[in-house]
Amino acid sequence: MPEIQGADTAFILIASALVLLMTPGLALFYAGMVRSKNVLGTIMQSFILISLISIEWVYIGYSMSFGPDVLGIIGNLSWFGLKGVGPAPSPIYATTIPHIVFMVFQCMFAVITPALITGAFAERMRFGPFLIFSLLWAIIVYNPICHWVWGSGGWLNRLGVLDFAGGLVVHLSCGAAALAAVLILQPRKGFGRENFLPHSLPMTLLGAGLLWFGWFGFNGGSALAANAIAGNAFVATHLGGMSGMAMWVALEWVHRGKPTTLGAASGAIAGLATITPASGFVGPNSAIIIGLLAGLVCYTAVALKNRFGYDDSLDVVGIHGVGGLIGTLCVGVFASTAVNPGGADGLISGNFRLLGAQCIGVAVVFVYAFVVSWVLFKAIDMAFVLRVSDDTENQGLDLSEHSETAYSA
Amino acid sequence: MKKIEAIIKPFKLDEVKDALSQIGIKGMTVTEVKGYGRQKGHKEIYRGAEYIVDFVAKVKIEIIVSRDMVDLVVENITEAARTGKIGDGKIFIYDIEDVIRVRTGERGEDAI
Repeated sequence: MPEIQGADTAFILIASALVLLMTPGLALFYAGMVRSKNVLGTIMQSFILISLISIEWVYIGYSMSFGPDVLGIIGNLSWFGLKGVGPAPSPIYATTIPHIVFMVFQCMFAVITPALITGAFAERMRFGPFLIFSLLWAIIVYNPICHWVWGSGGWLNRLGVLDFAGGLVVHLSCGAAALAAVLILQPRKGFGRENFLPHSLPMTLLGAGLLWFGWFGFNGGSALAANAIAGNAFVATHLGGMSGMAMWVALEWVHRGKPTTLGAASGAIAGLATITPASGFVGPNSAIIIGLLAGLVCYTAVALKNRFGYDDSLDVVGIHGVGGLIGTLCVGVFASTAVNPGGADGLISGNFRLLGAQCIGVAVVFVYAFVVSWVLFKAIDMAFVLRVSDDTENQGLDLSEHSETAYSA
Repeated sequence: MKKIEAIIKPFKLDEVKDALSQIGIKGMTVTEVKGYGRQKGHKEIYRGAEYIVDFVAKVKIEIIVSRDMVDLVVENITEAARTGKIGDGKIFIYDIEDVIRVRTGERGEDAI
């Protein structure tokens, strides 16, 4: 009979609050990069998901993701409306904390993942169709992937795919959806001709700081107990973020001649996203290498986007998609059972099989999330029209979608 | 009466203001403006993408003076605002038909 541990419970409760804070943090991170007429529209696209996805999660999302397994593909709905999810610990997940605490910790992950996608279609999406997309995406993309990777009996889980805190479930899945959005929604009006200058970089840096702070709960909490693995994940997270920032800033200083604040924030987020799947499986030195790699690869990815002319407006693909991808592969290289006996050894420790499993995980999650997101966007576009009218786009989302302005003239 | 309108570099505003108060100018209107002339815009870099920002920030000052003050005022603005580099600005001089002080209803040079 599993017993509730006070320290673990307190830790996961605090970690849940930290992960929640990442969603408004992300809202500010994104809002600083858009023009002043789209600030509230951008913030709202993240903020409202706290409500929308939490409702979805409590009724069906949690049960679909973590409920009793059906053929390795999905959880059944026997935990509908949190039936049976209460104060007693689950016998399978986080066995030392109340089941309902594990549920709410996972809820915060489900909330921020669709919020991350919004950066791809910033400044041009209608609010109603955006809500429909986010809800359906949570149900038919997030919940199944979450079950495959983290659910007991999930088929990627059984293949031995490792994702400590969401490289696949959160970052690669949102990055793949973002790529679908970019291909379907087309660039913003005036893209390539007008200057889309960020309206407030201090806001973006504040958001990046809140994200970094919350990320300690995201990765540290994913140990699901106040133990040494949580401590390792906490340290790896910090080292991933700091080395990602250092690398990005150094690269742009050499490449473009100036170290920029947006580059510092972008590099930090790239490093944090990339270390996420690895944070509980790799030691500090590996974490630094992974962070440096994140800065290098994500910087290059964003530079290539500019060359291809894709309007992934706030770089969801280049930072989260690419970060989740290389982070997941890095688990297959750097993971060590000396750090986490519950994990596996990677290439460096002489095991080739883990990297194979990680490659399968990346391919499956990318293809599934991309294809289903593409179909979803297309279907919602045909039924409701995703994009605001030209007039509305000129006027900005703040007035057209919300009848408010962020700044008085 | 004449209106003297000068577009100058923003960081030169204090020097111009001090120079003008020393010759007895008692008021002016200042506006933050953007524009371009021979001085081209500047380059900004966001996530590796370069943007050319055409319009340069300037300050516009407007002063109304009596006809005999014009040369002195222009001389003082020119000296205080000059750095010798492209982008120091321009001065425009217009005729003013009348001036009215709202509080007292005084007109003409008395109202300046």
